[in-house]
Amino acid sequence: MVQEDRRAVEARGVKKAFGRTWALRGVDLEVRPGEYLALLGPNGSGKTTLLRILATLIRPTEGNIRIFGRDPRREGEECRRLLGFVGHDSFLYGSLSVSENLHFYARLFGLPDIPARTRQVLEALGLERRAHDLVRTLSRGLQQRVAIARALLHDPILLLLDEPFTGLDAQASRSLGELLASLRQEGRAIIMATHNLNEGLEACDRAVILLDGRVARVMEGPEIRGERLREAFLATLES
Amino acid sequence: MGRAILTLLWKDLRVELRTKEILTTMMVLALLILVILNVAMGQNVVTVKLAASGVLWVVFTFAATLGLSRVFLVEKERGQLSGILLAPMDRSAIFLGKMIGSTILVLLVEAVALPVFVVLFNFPLGGRVGPLLLPLFLGTVGFIAVETLFSAISAQTRLREILLPLLAFPVAMPALVGAVGATAKVLDGLPLQSAAPELQLLVAFDILFVAIGLVVFEYVVEEE
Repeated sequence: MVQEDRRAVEARGVKKAFGRTWALRGVDLEVRPGEYLALLGPNGSGKTTLLRILATLIRPTEGNIRIFGRDPRREGEECRRLLGFVGHDSFLYGSLSVSENLHFYARLFGLPDIPARTRQVLEALGLERRAHDLVRTLSRGLQQRVAIARALLHDPILLLLDEPFTGLDAQASRSLGELLASLRQEGRAIIMATHNLNEGLEACDRAVILLDGRVARVMEGPEIRGERLREAFLATLES
Repeated sequence: MGRAILTLLWKDLRVELRTKEILTTMMVLALLILVILNVAMGQNVVTVKLAASGVLWVVFTFAATLGLSRVFLVEKERGQLSGILLAPMDRSAIFLGKMIGSTILVLLVEAVALPVFVVLFNFPLGGRVGPLLLPLFLGTVGFIAVETLFSAISAQTRLREILLPLLAFPVAMPALVGAVGATAKVLDGLPLQSAAPELQLLVAFDILFVAIGLVVFEYVVEEE
């Protein structure tokens, strides 16, 4: 795994307006390589917008972003090589098989030895037996696993996850939690947006609460474990 | 860039081969328009000869517009366009991939609609099939280049399918005038050389709009 001697993510004064509505009102954020950051907040707090900006899918109205020191506006292709994004949508084609979807994205990323890499990712996600199934025939949980496989294909050193536990059953949630913990162990930076305080936060290093498009609170250490996180989250919402 | 274009083309054609969503829609509309125009115009040889080129291009452009209105919209609605935009490649490859894929589909519709036109309107082409291919191809490429670009623009708006013909037809008018003119001359039995001005216009239009698409596409697909 490539480890770079820079901040994985650096956001300064990031604002985003959709028409007259401000989704982000000036967000400052730093994420270190290998850090697992939880982005918490209620619906409409700006989590998805921030992740889509970091993923280079939308441009900020104001402010600057750096992905491992690179400016997405000038070095978009380089930034996209470094990051993997799992969004609300799976980005998968229902009428293609799991394997065909992964081959398609692997080719777009220009990966070498695509069959071997696809097999490796499918095994890591426990999807080998589903390789030839059409994606539209898979359950929501399995589709989510394929979406994560797609995001991991090019071995990104920054993972952006938007509500990855949504729609997963208990077993799939546990598997995903373990997978995220192991990805963090491998040294990848992870930013996971969620409004669910029950899942995927065990391995987090830090939690940032977004409210109305601003960073309302940053927590780390014992503060983000168990009940203390819930209490801090509710106190921030009420303040 | 070539690899990305081929990959996108492979995916689009594979998906279309399995779902047949766009091709079936275009094909049915093309045949319906041919039948309606045939009923309206009857078998009057003079009328058919005068209108033949116009009939063909009405069929091709309406069918193409119906199909292309879905090209970006479906992927946008299902979030798949974001997946493609995440790939580290020149985004103009998406424009070329979509344009080439759509051109192939529209040429397939034309390959079916043309013989149906010949039978329905009792308009034997004889030796004019060969010369006819050039204006059909050049006209189709120009029209599809415009439609691909505006299909991406209209997919970002609330009006979506309604906006595409409103934007694309006026802009594509020079290509359509050239295509209809060149096709009419060939159908009249004139040599292809007589359609040189129209064909030159088509070549210039095709180069211009493919170039414009390549340059502006990145800004069109990226959300503001």
